[in-house]
Amino acid sequence: MTLSPTSPTTSVNSAAAPPGSAEGAGLTLRDAVLGRPGAPVLSGVGLEVRPGEVLTVVGASGCGKSTLLRTLAGLLPPLGGEVTADGRPLGGPGGGRALVFQEDGLLPWRTARANVELPLAIGRVGRAERRRRAAEWLARVGLAGYEGRLPHRLSGGQRQRVQLARALAGQPRALLMDEPFGALDAQTRAGMQQLLVEVLATTRATVVFVTHDVDEALFLGDRVALLGAAPDAPVRLFAVPRPRDRAAHETPATAAVRRDLLQSLGG
Amino acid sequence: MTGRWERAYRRLLRAVSLLGFLGLWQLLTALRVRAWVHFDQLPTVVDVAREFRQRLGTGVYWQDLGDSLGRILTGFCLAAVLGVAAGVAIGRSRLAADLLGPVLELLRPIPAIALVPVAILVFPGNEQGIVFITFCAAFFPVLVSTRHAVRALTPVWEEAVLTMGGGRWRVLAQVVLPGALPGIFGGLSVGIGVAWICVISAEMISGDYGVGYRTWQDYTVVDYPGVLVGMVTIGLLGHLTSSAVELAGRRATRWLPRAEQAAERGASGRRTRGGLPFGRALAPAGAVRPGTPAGGTPVAGSAPGSAPGAESAAGDGPVTVPDSVTHGR
Repeated sequence: MTLSPTSPTTSVNSAAAPPGSAEGAGLTLRDAVLGRPGAPVLSGVGLEVRPGEVLTVVGASGCGKSTLLRTLAGLLPPLGGEVTADGRPLGGPGGGRALVFQEDGLLPWRTARANVELPLAIGRVGRAERRRRAAEWLARVGLAGYEGRLPHRLSGGQRQRVQLARALAGQPRALLMDEPFGALDAQTRAGMQQLLVEVLATTRATVVFVTHDVDEALFLGDRVALLGAAPDAPVRLFAVPRPRDRAAHETPATAAVRRDLLQSLGG
Repeated sequence: MTGRWERAYRRLLRAVSLLGFLGLWQLLTALRVRAWVHFDQLPTVVDVAREFRQRLGTGVYWQDLGDSLGRILTGFCLAAVLGVAAGVAIGRSRLAADLLGPVLELLRPIPAIALVPVAILVFPGNEQGIVFITFCAAFFPVLVSTRHAVRALTPVWEEAVLTMGGGRWRVLAQVVLPGALPGIFGGLSVGIGVAWICVISAEMISGDYGVGYRTWQDYTVVDYPGVLVGMVTIGLLGHLTSSAVELAGRRATRWLPRAEQAAERGASGRRTRGGLPFGRALAPAGAVRPGTPAGGTPVAGSAPGSAPGAESAAGDGPVTVPDSVTHGR
């Protein structure tokens, strides 16, 4: 079931994208060494994230999933090799690549609204427009009426919704998500996955979604990237037969990919 | 309604504490108790109160008070601004830490009051010298707390702003300063207390006017009721200024999750909307708050007459939809 990175897949969110939303960024790693200076975590990484696709990343804990994501965000400069966005080397954080954290990514002294307004303020959007767009985004993630709440007065799931709204309010070309639903209970997590699918249908952003949950990876991703346990193991890519379709869970094709993924993770 | 009764009860306890202290003092001095310690020479509460009332009518008393307040506010405000600036610089920049750190670490152990001889040599007048000593006293607690608070900030907050395209100044203004505020106010609370000790001591040594100067003058002429009036004045002023700092700290760090903690502590569940009027404490005394960094002094202690119990901090907006409505849809 291992596929070459160039195998065709369908990308739902490029078809239904609204006019005016930014084209998704293409992200590429070539023979990249990732980690903190003096402490490389991954080496020889080759990976191509196509514009507009949802790529989910799975791997054993400690294999460098977060390191990969922080590198793509521009927070960790690559120690070797090449990391590019649309063919140009990453020049540090920003540049339309938003990061969603597992938890506590919101600024606790800012209300939900003020958190969502932050990327707009950084992008020099006027005050009234900022407020309007923040309200719109909060409504889109189902938090209308919660604008004035501070993060500690929201539930874990609600905080992640605000993070999602905040990340998307800045109209990023790539959305990088670091186990965003990992700290939520199963029911909330399923709801958040559905919400994410709905919200992503309205953008054309490329999504890299790190998770340790194979089912989550198979539901959300167009493709699943598997990071090996060894630091220099090649990244393996799996095409998802029917992305974002709950009914596909039991189909033989999906089950085969799941079995393959679980086997690779277990071994 | 239990909240109101509990508050009244706690006010009563506080009044009993204060009255008990004054009563004991009056008893020991009026009866001229001479055990191992001697109370027969100490003025009684009534003597001190009489002297206090008499002095309140004199211009000298108010001039002393104004002079001391002016000195401490000048020194303290300078210390607050420069202490926070230096603390942030040292906490954020290795260059600043290397350049400023060694000198400041050498100066830090020197008690501010020991700088009196230096102040006399360096400054043109007593006034600047006293302000300088007050400044030195308050500067280091603020510096140290700020540095700790800045270093203890969650990296995720900074990363969030960076990935949104924010630069250095954006991170400083939107993450570092607000995030360090609980720690900074811990330092300011300690600082205002040390500043009072030092301004009074400096006035005793070299002041013209000021509460410390007057208290020492009264001592040299063996006017003990006068000395005690000075002490009461210092106590009241110190309490007033610390309460002001505490209050400012609580108002500036409303976002800290206090209400839940207070509830966990079994305090009353009375809820109040954000935007409380001045004079209401938002947290019970000594509540340990997350966000106060390790090593930083938490802003503790509550103002006199503060409302005890669980009042939700800011963010208790008008919306009271239960979480279950939208949770996990």
